[in-house]
Amino acid sequence: MAERTTPSFLRTEPSPVLPPPVFAGGAVKWVRENMLAGPGSALFTLVGLAFIVWATPGLVRHLILDAVWTSPDGVACRAPGAGACWSFIARKLEFFLYASYPRDMVWRVNLCLAMGAVLAVWLLWPGAARKGLGAALFFIVYPVAALVLLHGSEALGLPKAPTDLWGGIFLSMIVATVGIVFSLPGGVLLALGRRSRLPVVRFFATLFIEFVRGVPFITVLFMANTMLPLFVPASWSPDRLVRPLVGVSLFASAYMAEVVRAGLQAIPRGQTEGAMALGLSYWKMMRLIILPQALTVVIPGIVGIFIGLFKDTTLVAVVGIPDFLRTVETARLDPAWAGPTISTTGYLFAGAFYWVFCFGMSRYSLMMERRLAAGRKR
Amino acid sequence: MSGGEQGAARPQVPLLHDPRFRGILAQALTALVVISLIWAAVDNAATNMRARGIPTNFDFWDRTSGFDVNQTLIAYSAISTYGQAFWVGLLNTLLVAGIGIVFATLLGFLLGVMRLSANWAARSFAAIYVETLRNVPLLLQLLFWYNAILTPLPAPRASLGMPSVTLTWPDAPSFALALAAAGGAFFAARFARSRAEDDARELLASVGAALGWIVALVALLFGASVFIGAPGGGVLHWGGPAGVYLNNRGLLLPDPRFGPGFEWVMAALALGVALSLAFGIWARRRQALSGAQSPLALVSLALILGLPLLAFFAAGGPVTLEYPVLRGFNFQGGVRVLPEFVALLLGLSLYTAAFIAEEVRAGVQSVARGQTEAAHALGLRAAPTLRLVVLPQAMRVILPPLTSQYLNLTKNSSLAVFIGYPDLVQVFMGTVLNQTGAAVQVIAVTMAVYLTISLATSGLMALYARRTAWAER
Repeated sequence: MAERTTPSFLRTEPSPVLPPPVFAGGAVKWVRENMLAGPGSALFTLVGLAFIVWATPGLVRHLILDAVWTSPDGVACRAPGAGACWSFIARKLEFFLYASYPRDMVWRVNLCLAMGAVLAVWLLWPGAARKGLGAALFFIVYPVAALVLLHGSEALGLPKAPTDLWGGIFLSMIVATVGIVFSLPGGVLLALGRRSRLPVVRFFATLFIEFVRGVPFITVLFMANTMLPLFVPASWSPDRLVRPLVGVSLFASAYMAEVVRAGLQAIPRGQTEGAMALGLSYWKMMRLIILPQALTVVIPGIVGIFIGLFKDTTLVAVVGIPDFLRTVETARLDPAWAGPTISTTGYLFAGAFYWVFCFGMSRYSLMMERRLAAGRKR
Repeated sequence: MSGGEQGAARPQVPLLHDPRFRGILAQALTALVVISLIWAAVDNAATNMRARGIPTNFDFWDRTSGFDVNQTLIAYSAISTYGQAFWVGLLNTLLVAGIGIVFATLLGFLLGVMRLSANWAARSFAAIYVETLRNVPLLLQLLFWYNAILTPLPAPRASLGMPSVTLTWPDAPSFALALAAAGGAFFAARFARSRAEDDARELLASVGAALGWIVALVALLFGASVFIGAPGGGVLHWGGPAGVYLNNRGLLLPDPRFGPGFEWVMAALALGVALSLAFGIWARRRQALSGAQSPLALVSLALILGLPLLAFFAAGGPVTLEYPVLRGFNFQGGVRVLPEFVALLLGLSLYTAAFIAEEVRAGVQSVARGQTEAAHALGLRAAPTLRLVVLPQAMRVILPPLTSQYLNLTKNSSLAVFIGYPDLVQVFMGTVLNQTGAAVQVIAVTMAVYLTISLATSGLMALYARRTAWAER
């Protein structure tokens, strides 16, 4: 058509290279992105900082500076302006730990708690040696030994300590441990039952799991407390502590069963087929091939059940079992310590106790999740 | 390799090793054990109950209960029957669970989204909230709210009253000045940021932008605070009591009384809902045809709120609020919400919200990052991206665990028994069981109620999950 028009401007050399942005990294970038990304973000930051500035001095004063650390009774805590009453916790600590357990026998409780702690660390430590032995000790030997130690046995020269004297933190630990010890095998059996190809077995397992999961824990405890004595001949009416423990075990087993079932479903069919091709029987196949893999996959879920179980131990108080939280309630209402800050101090301590255990367990489960995922990462 | 082998007789195996026989044997044994256990339990129960004189039938259902309940949604008094007490408890359970579910959902979604926020303060707050509340037993939280917060509240005569806020027409020039300062600082900040060309100016600009925002916010807050409570000429006034009081006997709220003409307001509300639905359909069709969007939210809001408001004024304000008034040592009139109800509602909502927040976070994180990036590439801002692209996909992941959290909340409402809120467990499994001694019947009925709620909800959920299931690739 026509001749080409000459452009008015033609770049003949590349434009100068800009230096890399200095402030696109480091603290400035972090602050800009995380605190001042826009007006809304700046508002949030401002409100957050204002809250910290407003709340910190009051909290420090209440919890540390104005707190009562040493006082034989509640008089100092009743003084106007007094903060948290830590001496209340210190003076009641023995009661929180053992409740009414005979004081000259508490070494037995301490021994049980120490054995439990050692075994728990052994089982939970990743890569610890001889876990099979540890599991056998924890799930079979330890419960029997703890029962004999705590309850006493004339033959061994240990005087009896009736269960109505038991209470406090160690009782909460007993409830949680019993739940754990019974829920794992119970949950595995129920899960296998629910995935069984035998319709009758599947029916009963499903019925039990759905029934227990569909009702509140409190109603299970009520049922264990009032109906269990009716279901057995009058001569073997269970101990008042055994009844809620049965309830806890049944309840935890049903929830555990669903977690284990999820693990069983995650194992590829080829594993079953391979095991069958090798000629393994059902129980051998489950014990040697399927369950080790299935349980490893659901370790986070199992720990989640334990966390829930540990929190739910507080509910046994509804059938008159003086667990840790109930001892805090009793101590809180002690007229010698009555004061405006006693309740909050007591609840703060109890909350910190439960929080440390539950948060610790959830961190542990996160760590295991990461370790397990390491093998499957690409 | 053909039909010859298939027709051959099965190899002869001993009966005990035949898988089919073993299956039948195992099932028969299981059934035998379970049924004989149940039979023994029933037999023992019958013997024990007869020996202890425990009733074995439901005759107590129609007998006079003789006890009072301090919160009843249906007519009930001490001369009512145990059966009516059951319904009172059940309705109280449903009430606290229903309201709790609404609160927990709102708070949980807010916290879940905050947990993923780019803002440090929002993220940290949500993380601390979730990690604190879900690792402390619910019962401890309930006791804390009830015994450490609500019970120590002052007596009715020294109630905490919520002041009312009234809005008057602004007539102070300094308010306009503050507004102008805020706006100016805001736009200066934006301008400074847009002008950043090299590093030094970039730093200056970002510092300037941050300062500008802070100045703008302070100016706004200052502007607002100057005029709160300023005598005359202010915008916001802290006025007299709004008729909301909190004391150790509970929460007192104004009681709305509906006069004649209120049906017009309800009719206007219905019309507003219908019109906004119609507008929604029209807007969707228009967007499908032309791509033009309509201000659906604004129009719906105007229709649903504006029409009833107009009708309200046209009918001459048919709603009067009956305020609680302090007479002697206690309040008269108004609605009194039990402190037990407040504590239970607070505990259940705050606790469950922590779990819902985690489900929401997991759901949002399950949506592939490419979805967000594609939405940004299409020009959607952060909020519409979340609302239109991420949340609808996340909902499919969130919904099943969300329903189970709702069920947990409903089941956890049975912790009412610890603080004395008259729910199903406290009234029926507590008082009625103690008075009648009919342990088996009462526990069976209570469990059946919770079981029905649970199974019905999970059934509906399974139906929904099947309808919205993703097509498998």
